[in-house]
Amino acid sequence: MASQEEIFSKVQTALVDALGVDEEEVTPTATLVGDLGAESIDFLDIVFRLEKAFDIKIPRGELFPEDILTNAQYVQGGKVTPAGLEQIKQRMPFADLTKFSANPNVQDFGNMLTVQDMVRYVESKLAKK
Amino acid sequence: MRWFWIDRYTEFVSAQHATAIKNVSLAEDHLHDHFAGAPLMPASLIIEGIAQAGGILLGQATGFERQVVLAKVAKARFYFEARPGDTLTYRVDAQDIRDDGAIISGTSRVDDRLQGEVELVFAQLGSKGEQTGMFERETLLNWLRMIRLFEVGVNTDGTRIVEPALR
Repeated sequence: MASQEEIFSKVQTALVDALGVDEEEVTPTATLVGDLGAESIDFLDIVFRLEKAFDIKIPRGELFPEDILTNAQYVQGGKVTPAGLEQIKQRMPFADLTKFSANPNVQDFGNMLTVQDMVRYVESKLAKK
Repeated sequence: MRWFWIDRYTEFVSAQHATAIKNVSLAEDHLHDHFAGAPLMPASLIIEGIAQAGGILLGQATGFERQVVLAKVAKARFYFEARPGDTLTYRVDAQDIRDDGAIISGTSRVDDRLQGEVELVFAQLGSKGEQTGMFERETLLNWLRMIRLFEVGVNTDGTRIVEPALR
């Protein structure tokens, strides 16, 4: 199985290509939206590149749970409800939700995902292969 | 200006790849502004042509039921300028067609010389069967006939692509 450095390096390449950023900017703690400037359409591009680089399949909603974030059952007054947070946790066990849970504004969700989350996500996919 | 940036398809294999040509002509108005006395085909319009060739490849793959939108030019590199008299041959390959979009890679050639390379991300909007606002269906069909899609288009099993019914 690929080492974490190998995974990081391939994730880094995917993000450099998809977002047109410099390699040095793609640090483990960089957030995809805030630091690297990813927009919603970039996620499709990122998903495609990760699938190709690691030979994995990434189902829609797994990397970015837009269906939960737009579901009235899980969002009230612009904030994700405790039940919604639980859903996200189950869907995205690779993401560190601590900071987001403290003030779960839907708008801030996109700014939560970091490069390290991507690496952990790929690791979990490869482990299941 | 009419927004047709390929003249005709020369090959079209459903959901896989297609080639189309664009003849650059001194009769095109915009070349006289880009630039006066030095007409060059703008690279942005070459990207648009490749996107039209690739967008139709994607649209046909999903039965023209969804709105296909060029969402992102992930990469574009050009190696020399295209000039009046040049015939640009665009080749588009569907790298990945998903429910919400597609990645299409494309090249532009003049004779055997690689003129440009692009990578395009398309989004598919609206749900299947929903009337989409971008084109009237008849307008779309007319366009597809003009660029000879149904004269050269085949499915992966080699059978002819037939015109979708007007609804």
